[in-house]
Amino acid sequence: MSTPLPFYQTGTFAVGGRLLDEDDRAVQSDPERSNAITKGHRACQGCGEALGARVVLDAALRAADGRLVAANATGCLEVFSTPYPESSWRLPWIHSLFANAPAVATGVAAALRAKGRTDIRVVGQGGDGGTVDIGFACLSGMFERGDDVLYVCYDNQGYMNTGVQRSGATPPAARTATTEPLGGHSGNSFGQGKSAPLIAMAHEIPYVATATVADLRDLEQKVTRAMSFHGPRYIHVLVPCPLGWGSATGETILIARLAKESGLFPVFEAVEGRITSVARIRHKVAVEEYLRRQKRFAHLFAGDGRPDVLARLQTLANRNIERYGLLDDADEPTDIGLLDALATSERGPV
Amino acid sequence: MRKQLEGSQAVAQAVARCRPEVVCAYPITPQTHIVEALSRLALSGELERCEVVNVESEFAAMSVAIGASATGARAYTATASQGLLFMAEVLFNASGLGLPIVMTCANRAVGSPINIWNDHSDSMAMRDCGWIQLYASDNQEAVDLHIQAFRIAEALSTPVMVCMDGFVLTHAFEPLDVPSQEQVDGFLPGYEPRQVLDPDDPMTIGAMVGPEAFTEVRYLAHAKQIEALDFIPQVAEEFRERFGRASGGLLDSYRSEGAETVVVALGSVLGTLAEVVDELRDQGVAVGAVALKAFRPFPLEELRGVLGGAQRVIVLERALAVGIGGIVSSDVRTALAGLSVEAHTVIAGLGGRAITRRSLHALLAQALAGQLPELHFLDLRTDVIERELERTRDGGRPGPHAESILRDLRIVASGPV
Ligand SMILES: Cc1ncc(C[n+]2csc(CCOP(=O)(O)OP(=O)(O)O)c2C)c(N)n1
Ligand code: SF4
Ligand SMILES: [Mg+2]
Repeated sequence: MSTPLPFYQTGTFAVGGRLLDEDDRAVQSDPERSNAITKGHRACQGCGEALGARVVLDAALRAADGRLVAANATGCLEVFSTPYPESSWRLPWIHSLFANAPAVATGVAAALRAKGRTDIRVVGQGGDGGTVDIGFACLSGMFERGDDVLYVCYDNQGYMNTGVQRSGATPPAARTATTEPLGGHSGNSFGQGKSAPLIAMAHEIPYVATATVADLRDLEQKVTRAMSFHGPRYIHVLVPCPLGWGSATGETILIARLAKESGLFPVFEAVEGRITSVARIRHKVAVEEYLRRQKRFAHLFAGDGRPDVLARLQTLANRNIERYGLLDDADEPTDIGLLDALATSERGPV
Repeated sequence: MRKQLEGSQAVAQAVARCRPEVVCAYPITPQTHIVEALSRLALSGELERCEVVNVESEFAAMSVAIGASATGARAYTATASQGLLFMAEVLFNASGLGLPIVMTCANRAVGSPINIWNDHSDSMAMRDCGWIQLYASDNQEAVDLHIQAFRIAEALSTPVMVCMDGFVLTHAFEPLDVPSQEQVDGFLPGYEPRQVLDPDDPMTIGAMVGPEAFTEVRYLAHAKQIEALDFIPQVAEEFRERFGRASGGLLDSYRSEGAETVVVALGSVLGTLAEVVDELRDQGVAVGAVALKAFRPFPLEELRGVLGGAQRVIVLERALAVGIGGIVSSDVRTALAGLSVEAHTVIAGLGGRAITRRSLHALLAQALAGQLPELHFLDLRTDVIERELERTRDGGRPGPHAESILRDLRIVASGPV
């Protein structure tokens, strides 16, 4: 992020936009902004993925001067936004399969190169399942070869399109249709995790970033930044899914923000394999604050609760905080009750 | 001009003269020499304006080809065996999208047991993936079919698989003519895509379709292949006029006029088969052969035309549909429906077992004597089978068949027999 914000305006989601230089203001707050997705798509109310994809593709289109091709994987985004004859997209779009979006994007990029069409840019995208599980080989191959593709993963932490099953990105203790808290189990098991952004960084590709739909301006800027590079780039966006997470449709932004503020979802960017900036936690919250709002974690709070599991989750958050230096900020902004403001606000910008 | 060339090298040169813009492939024996040669041609600059993408899997190879083709580039890949099956899902997708990708299948057996040698299990397993499948009888035809394949694919906007027998053709050296660049340019116009990813005219390709239209979309794919039944011979004819030799088409009849017994086969076995036919004809036996050049679309009527007068048809298949027997022969039987022609399925040449003249003579003798069963396995070692069944009869852990059989045949140096 370029300008440190002096404070938040309480009770609004404009995040100080009007106090910033024109160039730094969120394009999304501009009534004249472009919109790559037309009305009429079929996402659930409050879908983080719909919001994330709109912001990402708008920013990428602006950066590419409207000369953009998208290759999309099977998943909620594909199914809710493109069914014939009501495709909602105003850019050339190809859907092939669940596992091959990075390779299809490579093919588009290779064709453009062979034809000398340097004016057209390529975006590949998929859900967390399509990206970190079934499409991972294609993604890694695309990174390793240095193909000129921006790949965006919309991470809602599960196979939502098939009815909320566990994916390799489902967090520990989360309940999904295949990780029910039954027989003494407390939801998804604790594994060593699978950080697609870190694995992307290990490929030493030009640009890697994580973001959430809680900070759309940050997301836009990261997409714009990514588009300023050539070669493989990766952006991993946390997109809460009210249906799969059992969260209130009006709290998508809040929950995304709590994921970041708790330390469970570190927001950072990395250039050529090295982290160059980290979005600091502005108001540290316990993981409980984040988890309580989602029915997928309800079993941790039922009856006597599962303080042991909560403690393990807190340990994961603490490890992120330490590893990424999420709290280590000399210019930490004054806390003026961000969470209070967010929590009491009636409506979100979705 | 004919030059002494390896089949793979000649095919690579022919593909290069078709000016592909994206070549993406993953190595697998016996396809490797083709894609190695193509990358050399691209790296040396001989093949211009072509991106060679060394992908991480066959699944990716076909996916890259899809992206490239949908962006208006002429795309080519090659594979075989496990590789073809690893792209299965993407093959259906490419044809469903109507993308005119051309692919060589260097036919090879499918494991397990893993086996690198030739048969048609791979392309036959992908029989219904919506691709046109052409089979080369020899290397000259393999060269020519690739040039024709791009014409057919792009005119009909449907992908084409050129099948050539692994090793038998891919690794065989013989005098071959690779048409010149001018000749190919004169035959194959530039690729004009029917649908393209273009920011100036954005469209959504590959979206979801429900029961309202799915049947019609599938029907149109079928109709396109039926159209190909007319178009493939036209392209072959034009090729013959321009290049002065016959290659391709739907099928090729070899001395089957007036034949009482006709052997139907695909691929390189036609050479041996023709020799056997000649020898028997010399002895006054009325036999003939039919080479199926197009397996998809299947030339039902044309086949009925050439086989209808025979008494007996033997379908020589280099693949096995476990649980039923023949694959090609089911289609041949459909072509013969209502005719009083006796049809036999002969499974032969699996996993590289040579189909020799001697075996074919024995087979035809058996057939002529009226002793050929409906399903027959050529050169099957029944004694070996009996012993292996005996060993496994008592349960226990007899171990893998493949190992026991090799021990039985004393091909494994050590260990109890
Ligand atoms: C090869 C294959 N396996 C399984 C599926 C079924 N499938 C379609 S979408 C999907 C889940 C998608 O999950 P994700 O990529 O996380 O996207 P989301 O729907 O959550 O946004 C699955 C399992 C498929 N289409 N193809
Ligand atoms: S299930 Fe989740 S990801 Fe899918 S449309 Fe609904 S909210 Fe969005
Ligand atoms: Mg998901």
